[in-house]
Amino acid sequence: MRNLRFALKQEGHSRRDMFEILTRYAFPLAHSLPLFAFLNEEKFNVDGWTVYNPVEEYRRQGLPNHHWRITFINKCYELCDTYPALLVVPYRASDDDLRRVATFRSRNRIPVLSWIHPENKTVIVRCSQPLVGMSGKRNKDDEKYLDVIRETNKQISKLTIYDARPSVNAVANKATGGGYESDDAYHNAELFFLDIHNIHVMRESLKKVKDIVYPNVEESHWLSSLESTHWLEHIKLVLTGAIQVADKVSSGKSSVLVHCSDGWDRTAQLTSLAMLMLDSFYRSIEGFEILVQKEWISFGHKFASRIGHGDKNHTDADRSPIFLQFIDCVWQMSKQFPTAFEFNEQFLIIILDHLYSCRFGTFLFNCESARERQKVTERTVSLWSLINSNKEKFKNPFYTKEINRVLYPVASMRHLELWVNYYIRWNPRIKQQQPNPVEQRYMELLALRDEYIKRLEELQLANSAKLSDPPTSPSSPSQMMPHVQTHF
Amino acid sequence: MLGKGVVGGGGGTKAPKPSFVSYVRPEEIHTNEKEVTEKEVTLHLLPGEQLLCEASTVLKYVQEDSCQHGVYGRLVCTDFKIAFLGDDESALDNDETQFKNKVIGENDITLHCVDQIYGVFDEKKKTLFGQLKKYPEKLIIHCKDLRVFQFCLRYTKEEEVKRIVSGIIHHTQAPKLLKRLFLFSYATAAQNNTVTDPKNHTVMFDTLKDWCWELERTKGNMKYKAVSVNEGYKVCESSVKLKDAVFAHCYVLSVTRWLASKRSSINRRQKEKPHLYLEGDLRQFGLPAYFVVPTPLPEENVQRFQGHGIPIWCWSCHNGSALLKMSALPKEQDDGILQIQKSFLDGIYKTIHRPPYEIVKTEDLSSNFLSLQEIQTAYSKFKQLFLIDNSTEFWDTDIKWFSLLESSSWLDIIRRCLKKAIEITECMEAQNMNVLLLEENASDLCCLISSLVQLMMDPHCRTRIGFQSLIQKEWVMGGHCFLDRCNHLRQNDKEEVPVFLLFLDCVWQLVHQHPPAFEFTETYLTVLSDSLYIPIFSTFFFNSPHQKDTNMGREGQDTQSKPLNLLTVWDWSVQFEPKAQTLLKNPLYVEKPKLDKGQRKGMRFKHQRQLSLPLTQSKSSPKRGFFREETDHLIKNLLGKRISKLINSSDELQDNFREFYDSWHSKSTDYHGLLLPHIEGPEIKVWAQRYLRWIPEAQILGGGQVATLSKLLEMMEEVQSLQEKIDERHHSQQAPQAEAPCLLRNSARLSSLFPFALLQRHSSKPVLPTSGWKALGDEDDLAKREDEFVDLGDV
Repeated sequence: MRNLRFALKQEGHSRRDMFEILTRYAFPLAHSLPLFAFLNEEKFNVDGWTVYNPVEEYRRQGLPNHHWRITFINKCYELCDTYPALLVVPYRASDDDLRRVATFRSRNRIPVLSWIHPENKTVIVRCSQPLVGMSGKRNKDDEKYLDVIRETNKQISKLTIYDARPSVNAVANKATGGGYESDDAYHNAELFFLDIHNIHVMRESLKKVKDIVYPNVEESHWLSSLESTHWLEHIKLVLTGAIQVADKVSSGKSSVLVHCSDGWDRTAQLTSLAMLMLDSFYRSIEGFEILVQKEWISFGHKFASRIGHGDKNHTDADRSPIFLQFIDCVWQMSKQFPTAFEFNEQFLIIILDHLYSCRFGTFLFNCESARERQKVTERTVSLWSLINSNKEKFKNPFYTKEINRVLYPVASMRHLELWVNYYIRWNPRIKQQQPNPVEQRYMELLALRDEYIKRLEELQLANSAKLSDPPTSPSSPSQMMPHVQTHF
Repeated sequence: MLGKGVVGGGGGTKAPKPSFVSYVRPEEIHTNEKEVTEKEVTLHLLPGEQLLCEASTVLKYVQEDSCQHGVYGRLVCTDFKIAFLGDDESALDNDETQFKNKVIGENDITLHCVDQIYGVFDEKKKTLFGQLKKYPEKLIIHCKDLRVFQFCLRYTKEEEVKRIVSGIIHHTQAPKLLKRLFLFSYATAAQNNTVTDPKNHTVMFDTLKDWCWELERTKGNMKYKAVSVNEGYKVCESSVKLKDAVFAHCYVLSVTRWLASKRSSINRRQKEKPHLYLEGDLRQFGLPAYFVVPTPLPEENVQRFQGHGIPIWCWSCHNGSALLKMSALPKEQDDGILQIQKSFLDGIYKTIHRPPYEIVKTEDLSSNFLSLQEIQTAYSKFKQLFLIDNSTEFWDTDIKWFSLLESSSWLDIIRRCLKKAIEITECMEAQNMNVLLLEENASDLCCLISSLVQLMMDPHCRTRIGFQSLIQKEWVMGGHCFLDRCNHLRQNDKEEVPVFLLFLDCVWQLVHQHPPAFEFTETYLTVLSDSLYIPIFSTFFFNSPHQKDTNMGREGQDTQSKPLNLLTVWDWSVQFEPKAQTLLKNPLYVEKPKLDKGQRKGMRFKHQRQLSLPLTQSKSSPKRGFFREETDHLIKNLLGKRISKLINSSDELQDNFREFYDSWHSKSTDYHGLLLPHIEGPEIKVWAQRYLRWIPEAQILGGGQVATLSKLLEMMEEVQSLQEKIDERHHSQQAPQAEAPCLLRNSARLSSLFPFALLQRHSSKPVLPTSGWKALGDEDDLAKREDEFVDLGDV
């Protein structure tokens, strides 16, 4: 399914049965039909489902170690049905501790490790809001648990908590039993609000973006219309939040705990973006797939509810372009750092296209437990199979691998742009040059280089053949020989 | 060439007190070259440059990691620049100093580059002008190239503060006489040193030959002829004396005014009003010595109204249609004279409008297009967005960025200019019409629009030499009043309109949208825009070629004295070392492949067909049939009685435009053919390199366009060296291993501000927005909602 907001033009005068077939197959769930992904019989020579293996990924991060252990407490999704089966928790917290903490965290989404800094060992931990409520309830286990997290790194006196919400919303959440970590209860923690708005605000904002780009692009008042959508302002806030998280961890000043209300929308955005800034591994094609698979898919970003796969109720208040917003942030970063990412714009676009398409099982369902029940990995194909079997198409030729380099994008409106190639790609007037001329020229040069190298090698062979004969020219070929390979 | 001492730094220090080395002979500088090892930073003076005043222990603010610190040094003011001689210039990275400007240092501000001067009194910022009663503790200088300097004077001796502040104010703001421009002292002092770059092939259009060459190149010589009727400025002569008188009068007036402002602080602008119109009316059309007119036009007609009302040729298209411009006749009240003017124009019109073969469309740029006032207002709002004093200001404006940008209308003005140029291109290219641009003096928007049309239609103009020649032809020889428009003499603020800058910004949009089509880079455009304020080049320091030649002593009365030889800005070696110049050349540009004969034939054939079918052409737009009416219209326009607004019905115009625009954009781009810009909302952008380059908050460390560019250059270098190796093997000979000069080598961590970021951020701390969220307005209720509607109370 394409996102109708931007995708194909409406059928003009279709007949009734045509319309019925369309709606039936466009919204299969509303007509008790299976999603197309379950019918899709495409075959690829790579299996995308094997890309992400949590144990391997944690091992890459150097886990488990003295302070962090891998737990299978959620193996059957008993502790938390929206979390993955495998979790990384402080070594000093027992499974019973975890169970008690779970009672005090919204939907039992307890603080667990997302990423650990390879050198200073500070961590990014994610969870949902504490169930403080109107009465200001406290939970000794939760307080102790956070302190244990802080203590995994000895030098640190405070644990930094980033609450992604605006403080007003966090306060308001108390009315429904939620809330935030107060200074009184959590002595060794510092709390900051990141002022990122909720899913409804984001949804409306994107709707406004659609209004200014489709079917016609605003011309004379483009800038103020763009501003009035607030879309880039939201992007700016999300990026700013992620920069703060990344900076705290990178500077080694403190470990960071991130949450919003339930810890599956804004939290996923912040942790995954911060990880992208901190860890160059995630900037490769497979690394990025792992990042999405880990922080979004396995940690229960509610793709089914947010996108509404196969569901005809398009006004559903649960829908929201949170993942799209994340990809937009990634695009903004790749725009600011054109050599830092292995993947190109097409890669991000194809991910978004198949976020809606239901051709692959990757983004179906709300959480890992549901996917397991539906046997998604057995019955559907992974999007990564498509991408990884044709990687060349999604590679950024300018990619320069730089390990241990932290990327800090500039979260200023002066640098943020509307992603024209995605949002306005259906407008024939805004046709971008494809491929981008700089890239094209670079590819030509690459080809030329390869050709020259080949020719040089041939010449070298011919020369060495000649060498057996006594050289006729005064210049000695041996002098030139060592030069040839030095450049590469 | 400049004296080497200027380049090397530290020259000119032989005399104990450099403040009195007024006319350092270049030879002296040469001998002093070895004495550079002095610890104290010395003032580098150009030939002819004089130190006027100075102050010591001035603290210059340097922004680093969003906190400011200071560097102590000397602040000096010469008759060329304001310079700060600080203690720590050693910290500069090698890569960055390689793009050093040889004339203007990092801490130099030419007097013409100063835009506004502010003083801070008890934390309050005030504009400084005239005589000061009180001297500020801090001096803030906003530059026309958008740098912002802040100097703290708290630790400076009171006497020195007085001298330097009033000195700077006087030398940057007091009205000047043309002859007192530094240009002349420099040229006199550096007389023997000026050697023009032999490789510089820019066509200057100051000889008849140049115009003939251009006619030949564009195949315009069939219908147009180069004339020398104005040789020695005979045509203009009659009004020259008057003009000079006015000029002197203006100067007296402006000096009086300036002196008055010293006494009272009445708003200067208000006082200037009545004066402006006087000057505007009397300024005459500055025809160059040689120019091109339609062949049938009698030469004596040119003299009739001092070149006014004469269609002047700009350029010819491959299909034979031409772009012309014309200045308006003087406004007259007398009916008799009006009648004479009318019949004169009627005659002119008949010579150029001869249907069906020659159809001319008039485009009045004075009345239904932009006004200079609009451009001025827009730019003054726009530039303020980039003249940022501190971090707080940056983040405060960041939230409202897009609406601030829009309210300046600068981008919209760019869009309108590009659109107008496309419309004219459509007329010439698709409808085979000649287009006649009309403007009061034909020296502002005429220059802008005609250059844009040529850039879009003529690939030659997209080479560096071609672009420079275009600026020579349309702007310098076209009589654009650079002196007044840049307000170089500080005689009239109201005349200051950044028309040329607007042109460069329009060109930047094209360069940005079609990078492979241009031989030059955006960096080239940026340094060109900076060169507007460097008074050692004559290019942008005269109102007309006539004014230049009169003042250079090339004319009759001055034959005794040797004419001054002024530098042209096109000699880039004056400003940049060869290495730095590589940044001006676009690595993506590929020269036009030579056409084989078959193709060329095909083109010519098509060309002829178009010429032979003009009747079918005009059929497509029947409204153009009323030629008589159009003649009337032209006359009305030129006489200043603008009654009807549009020539073509606007619908038809829009349709033609849309069709042309859409069909071009739906095809793949031929970078050596017609080139049109995108003009939709999101496609017109801020020229980030020029406008954001000095703002540390906007710096993307290790990112930006330069990251890909440096990869590209590295690859080119590699390919080149491989090619050399192959050649070597073929010739079986060791060629000298000449490493291609590459400025960007080993520089994976350049910042997005490269090559201009001399401000540095040593650490890799991120810049964080300091201001928060703007009210959402109507979305407030949404914002308060819960993400999920589940009551968590009982979970």
